[in-house]
Amino acid sequence: MNNNKYLREELIRQSGVNPKKCMKCGKCSATCPAYDEMEYHPHQFVSMVESGDIEPLLKSESLYKCLSCFACVDRCPRGVEPAKLVEAVRLSAVRKQGQNRMSANDVASILDEDIPQQLLVSAFRKYSK
Amino acid sequence: MQRIGVFVCWCGSNIAGSVDVEAVSQALKNEPGVVFSTNYQYMCSQAGQDMIVNAVKEHKLTGIVVCSCSPRMHEATFRKTAAAAGLNPYMVEIANIREQCSWVHKDIATGTQKAIILGKAAIAKVNLNAPLTPGESPVTKRALVIGGGIAGIQTALDIADAGFPVDIVEKNPTIGGKMAQLDKTFPTLDCAACILTPKMVDVAQNENIRIFSYSEVSEIKGFVGNFDVTIKKNARYVKEDVCTGCGACVEKCPMKKVPNEFNLGMDNRSAIYIPFAQAVPKVATIDPNACNMLKNGKCGLCAKVCAAGAIDYTQKDEYINEKYGAIVVATGFNPISMDKFDEFAYNQSKDVITSLEFERLTNAAGPTAGHLERPSDGKSPKTIVFVQCVGSRCDACNEKGKEYCSKICCMYTAKHAMLVRDKYPDTDVYVFYIDVRTPGKNFDEFYRRAVEEYGVKYIKGMVGKVTPEGDKLKVQASDLIDNKQLHIDADLVVLAAAIEPDKSARPLATMLTASMDTNDFFTEAHPKLRPVESPTAGVFLSGACQGPKDIPETVSQAGAAASKVIGLLAKDKLTGNPCVAHSNELMCNGCSSCERVCPYGAITYEDREFRMPDRTTKIRRIAIVNPAVCQGCGACTVACPSGAMDLNGFASNQIMAEVDAICK
Repeated sequence: MNNNKYLREELIRQSGVNPKKCMKCGKCSATCPAYDEMEYHPHQFVSMVESGDIEPLLKSESLYKCLSCFACVDRCPRGVEPAKLVEAVRLSAVRKQGQNRMSANDVASILDEDIPQQLLVSAFRKYSK
Repeated sequence: MQRIGVFVCWCGSNIAGSVDVEAVSQALKNEPGVVFSTNYQYMCSQAGQDMIVNAVKEHKLTGIVVCSCSPRMHEATFRKTAAAAGLNPYMVEIANIREQCSWVHKDIATGTQKAIILGKAAIAKVNLNAPLTPGESPVTKRALVIGGGIAGIQTALDIADAGFPVDIVEKNPTIGGKMAQLDKTFPTLDCAACILTPKMVDVAQNENIRIFSYSEVSEIKGFVGNFDVTIKKNARYVKEDVCTGCGACVEKCPMKKVPNEFNLGMDNRSAIYIPFAQAVPKVATIDPNACNMLKNGKCGLCAKVCAAGAIDYTQKDEYINEKYGAIVVATGFNPISMDKFDEFAYNQSKDVITSLEFERLTNAAGPTAGHLERPSDGKSPKTIVFVQCVGSRCDACNEKGKEYCSKICCMYTAKHAMLVRDKYPDTDVYVFYIDVRTPGKNFDEFYRRAVEEYGVKYIKGMVGKVTPEGDKLKVQASDLIDNKQLHIDADLVVLAAAIEPDKSARPLATMLTASMDTNDFFTEAHPKLRPVESPTAGVFLSGACQGPKDIPETVSQAGAAASKVIGLLAKDKLTGNPCVAHSNELMCNGCSSCERVCPYGAITYEDREFRMPDRTTKIRRIAIVNPAVCQGCGACTVACPSGAMDLNGFASNQIMAEVDAICK
């Protein structure tokens, strides 16, 4: 639990998200286009990080299913910004040695013109160190 | 030289716990003017007050210093004690050694030292105190109620019932407010019109009540007991006292395509209109933005058909001046705009509506005569999704919504859902909620009935987005209990929009110098103990202008506000505050600085003849303070460049003496 407490604070610090502001309305998960792909949904990220239950998130494929579309950030009535928290958890997973899932070169090949810039930046963060 | 008595209070252990009260009373014994000093457990108790009265007689005291709690707590108590002992009440000074010493200092030595210093300051001030006598002002025995919804109606009826005349100013052509637009009312499901319209008729027939409809307050001057109000009666182009409300003009008017605000734009009205059948006053009004005759002089049909000859195209706005003793604010609320909530597609689909629009859709007097039909195609909806908390309970930084809970939505949504299931049992009804808040008499039972008896599907979770597709509304939502994302094909989506104070409240608060919170709700004088009074004397609050409220609560508050008004109007005279400003005419040079800063308009100027040392006379302009209007804020004393303005009871030399005593 101690390790999780440290990790929890690290994630909160890195993401700038205050999970205590969440009122558990579930609008983030209601709006999420990748919901069906995910094992843990945006509202669960917020609640599990807050309770220090972070290990299952680090191991979950859900980290890489988030599209970083930021719909949850836009629509959260409490300004919690779940996508930023997902990203922080993702970074803490990929930053570990040998955890790269894709190189920067691979990213270019899957891009198309319609992809928003925000998604591009997020993708780079997601897939490279 | 004064003969001062010092009384140090222990306040049980509140003060004595961290201030050495014996040391304080000993240390203050030798201050200039002090002839007696003591301490006691509870100075405010009967025994403590008797102690003061006896000491005044025994030691022939002329001034009193009580070292105790904040003057906001017990200054009035000790002033009464002084009066009982035969002293002028303004010869009492309080040194606040509780809130400012014992409660904030843990160290006894520090707390005691500060208590002694504050005691010395109070003694220095009392040495310069002079007896003050408050002035009196008469009370105009007439009340003004601003807003003619259920809050204003109930307040006016209660005041009138006590025998005082009341005027209601309502900006719409009829009184009735939001309640007149509702269909049924929770938790008993009686029809809103059935319980409201008799009250509206009572208002119209009450000899003590005058209704200024289609009018607004344009200026407020004066003060408690003596408000001077200008009411702007907007031109309605119909003579109110002649019109019989027969409606012939409405039928004949060729301009029939004006969005009907009473039905929230869901149908049309004519340019000359009566908002609804039971309107009070039942008088037609011409909308100048829609009427051809008023816009370009072509038409005049209504004047031709009016048998009473009530139409007057030349009518002008009229200004009425009236004096009032008390003002009740009852300006009510509105649902917030849904424009910024793109995710719910309110602006994209006619079938996404607000709850107030839903009220009109199910109301027998509404645009569909009470048949639940989709606004887009008139079909009856088979799947309805209700979304709670739209714009309520948002983060403070959220630009779309409000931080507070709108309080009424849980209950009216339960009502809507229940009524739909009752009338159209083949309809699927979903309610998406974050929490269901039902703290009222028979409220939770009502909500449970919606679920258990009527089979309304309550789902914990929020709707994320609504997408119009064909003739359906694709609703994507969370089901947090089942941990699922739901996709519902709905025919109608109803948004429980947050409510906000009416836009007219802010400028009105400025006119009244009444305070508001950051959400533009009027602030009460005390959130628990003075809930219907504004901090501004003579201004009272009724209904949702003070905070979100349902009808039962509004009616209770309306009655409470009325009783406060009656209490005020029953007085023949009001005792003023003697701590008001005055100008020293020998020092005043008539520069107008004080007049410019006075927030109450209490300062006027006068030309006065002065005899000079060389026996010539000279006319000089000097400032005069109206003590009945002055609130003693002291702004003028600071602004005055020649030091001519001073405040009774807080004179510059008294304050300097306090500062000297503290800094010595």
